[in-house]
Amino acid sequence: MISTVVSPEKVERRLKILDSEAKQSGYFLNPDMDFTRGLVEGLILNAERYGYESCPCRLSFGEKEKDLDIICPCDYRDDDLSEYGACFCGLYLSESLINKNSPAPVVPERRPSLHDRNLQPVNATIPGQLPYPVFRCKVCGYLCARTSPPEKCPICKADKDRFEIFI
Amino acid sequence: MTINPDHVDGIDKGKIMLYALSTCIHCKQTRNLLDELHVAYDYLYVDKLNKEDMNSVLMDIEKFNPRGSFPTLVINNSKVIVGSRLDEIKEALG
Repeated sequence: MISTVVSPEKVERRLKILDSEAKQSGYFLNPDMDFTRGLVEGLILNAERYGYESCPCRLSFGEKEKDLDIICPCDYRDDDLSEYGACFCGLYLSESLINKNSPAPVVPERRPSLHDRNLQPVNATIPGQLPYPVFRCKVCGYLCARTSPPEKCPICKADKDRFEIFI
Repeated sequence: MTINPDHVDGIDKGKIMLYALSTCIHCKQTRNLLDELHVAYDYLYVDKLNKEDMNSVLMDIEKFNPRGSFPTLVINNSKVIVGSRLDEIKEALG
């Protein structure tokens, strides 16, 4: 049975864990606590009805293998944080947006449409050419392959500007 | 099978249809604004539908918003506002 209301204690417990995990890896939850509690409640409801914490702001068909990309934190979070300063649902904000005291902006959906998601994934790449550049944290040597470096190094918490293009 | 959206009474500003998710905070903000504006509107919590209806409604939504994201607000079957763009909604319905 899906509960329609999540107890405030349950929300606080989950929120505390999410907040500590975010801080440990250089991410920041939205400081607008009413907003953030609403999202955490949605995550808990989704965990209850689907068995996994899919994004409360995205439609799930309840099939985990098709929703792996929207299990929070979603595959799109970091690109959205880099481009908009917030993830799609607004649970995570960039440090600079928080420092500016800005509310979560409206972030356009980066997840492909259902039709495009069902297309065969493209694995073929030109030999010798990487699908993503590799960034290196100059502080601790952490390497990551993505479109841009993370806001903070997840290992040593160094800021984005301490990263260099490695490959 | 027919899918019946919920109706909220209010001032007639044309046919206003809100496609939403029950867990989505942006959808909630959009509904709150529509309530504040006292406009009449229909809304549908797509996540509460069975899979078959979900698929068919999603196809309807994608005609207006190809990404099929939420909230999607459709005014008079023509103007589409995607996301809780509250100022845009106010302007369209003010």
